Amino acid sequence: MSDEAAVVAIRGLGKTFGADGSGTVALSDIDLTIRPGELISLIGPSGCGKSTLLRIIGDLTAPTSGTVEVNGKPAARARTDRDYGMVFQAPVLFDWRTIESNVGLPLEIIDMPRSRRAGRIADMLALVELSDFARHHPWQLSGGMQQRAAIARALAFEPRLLLMDEPFGALDEMTRERMNTELLRIWEQTGITIVFVTHSIPEAVFLSSRIVVMSARPGRITKVIEVDLSRPRSDATREHDRYFELITEVRESLKSGGPGRPAEEQPEQVR
Amino acid sequence: MSGATASWGRRADVGGAVASLSGIARSILAFVVVLLIIAVLWESAKWIGGGIWREAFGITLNPPHQPPLRITQLNDTNLPHVWEVIGALFQPATRRSEFNLLAVLLDAALFTWRGAAIGFVVGAVVGLALAILFVHSRLLERALVPYVVASQTIPIIALAPMVVLWVGRDWPSVALISAYLTFFPVTIAGIRGLKSPDPRALELMRSYAAGWKAVLWKVRMPAALPYLFTALKISATASIVGAIVAEAPTGIAGGLGRAIIQFNQQFTSGPEKLWATAFVCAALGIAFFGLVRIAEMIVLRNRQREVGP
Repeated sequence: MSDEAAVVAIRGLGKTFGADGSGTVALSDIDLTIRPGELISLIGPSGCGKSTLLRIIGDLTAPTSGTVEVNGKPAARARTDRDYGMVFQAPVLFDWRTIESNVGLPLEIIDMPRSRRAGRIADMLALVELSDFARHHPWQLSGGMQQRAAIARALAFEPRLLLMDEPFGALDEMTRERMNTELLRIWEQTGITIVFVTHSIPEAVFLSSRIVVMSARPGRITKVIEVDLSRPRSDATREHDRYFELITEVRESLKSGGPGRPAEEQPEQVR
Repeated sequence: MSGATASWGRRADVGGAVASLSGIARSILAFVVVLLIIAVLWESAKWIGGGIWREAFGITLNPPHQPPLRITQLNDTNLPHVWEVIGALFQPATRRSEFNLLAVLLDAALFTWRGAAIGFVVGAVVGLALAILFVHSRLLERALVPYVVASQTIPIIALAPMVVLWVGRDWPSVALISAYLTFFPVTIAGIRGLKSPDPRALELMRSYAAGWKAVLWKVRMPAALPYLFTALKISATASIVGAIVAEAPTGIAGGLGRAIIQFNQQFTSGPEKLWATAFVCAALGIAFFGLVRIAEMIVLRNRQREVGP
């Protein structure tokens, strides 16, 4: 597939923190093409720069070298065109706004007329199954529900790309598995492209169409693994032999990837 | 499910309103109780070390009570009886006056409050504008914040006569001096409050390609409101003190400052009048504080009060 059809095209990307290239090398020689409708996981030990890579795609940080194109445009242009939605590890909902008003915030900023806004908010809340909680305030909701509201907000202006930075990292295991199934349903319903940063191997295998395995110091892509599990995936998928084979493959790739240890043993620092 | 959750939400709101109303009732009750305790301590001190008690609450004591100690600070000139202070409020303000002291003092309080309130509003607006400016320009923040701090080290007593010379001997001078005392807490709290949002909230706004105005009105200002109300409560009382201090040495007529000067001169003949004036000053400050507190409760009613579920 050519670069023109890519949602994200990264070429020769590098990122160095600190003054004039003398500091820490966070990313080096990153090349990655993400096709429309893919769900790509970035996985790697802490310090491998997976979050930094996501932030560069989202134009929240500038790369030191190389190029990033989103929908055929430079990342900065894609940001001002509102081409992507963003979900962080924390929901970052505003507690002075109700859930519906939080979801509607990006629509207010793009000056969508109030009449159209209400319909879109209702659609988004239905998508994440929070319609009954529209008038609640964030603190009245559980962590999983808050994160669902954050996803609804990120999808509100129908971006073509969803960037998720360890979105379920703060949730308990059971909620996390349920959220994974939810996310797949939303992904299949909307056909959106998703870039998903995680430090959980099972999560990456369960969700992804491809897994990008990274190593630390400097952050590099060591392997890209195609996940050939059939869709739709469900709880039964988690019991397939192929599922366990893939988990082993990702684990082996992480081990051979370099000096860094898998992030499971070394949790990423919460920003 | 939907009905149940909706009514749960409503009940939570009603519960919150009831809780805040009973909260108000409780703090008023606590205030009155403390006031009574102070009155009791006051009279106890006079019972031990004051002047001779010939009467109490208007009832003649026979024989009069002779306090065992005689302490100058507690005699009837320096510390009049509580009932004499209260009684003074309902007697003519001066021998020639047709109004009682309470009416005169309330009239003076309203005059002072007008200057203070206008100054408070001006000071709050200027203070907030400065905070917004400083949050958007690190250079201006570094250059000007030291002067903002320095401005508060100049005693009002030194400044007030000059302001009166420039602005005139009337309430605009009072308002200006009140504004001068009001703006400072608002600026300092405003800077902190406007910088308080989670950095990710600002990144989120960046991902929406939001302009600085949207960031200011939709994220920074709402996040700053709790900080601003804390500052406004400080400013409310400061503006009253500022107004009184502005009136007193400059001879601006009509307000509590002038009343203090006047009754201070008559202290030896009628100390209870100065005490009554002091209490009205305090009551005015408390009332203004309470007004801001009520506004705060209304504006911040939907904020999280404790860590959520």
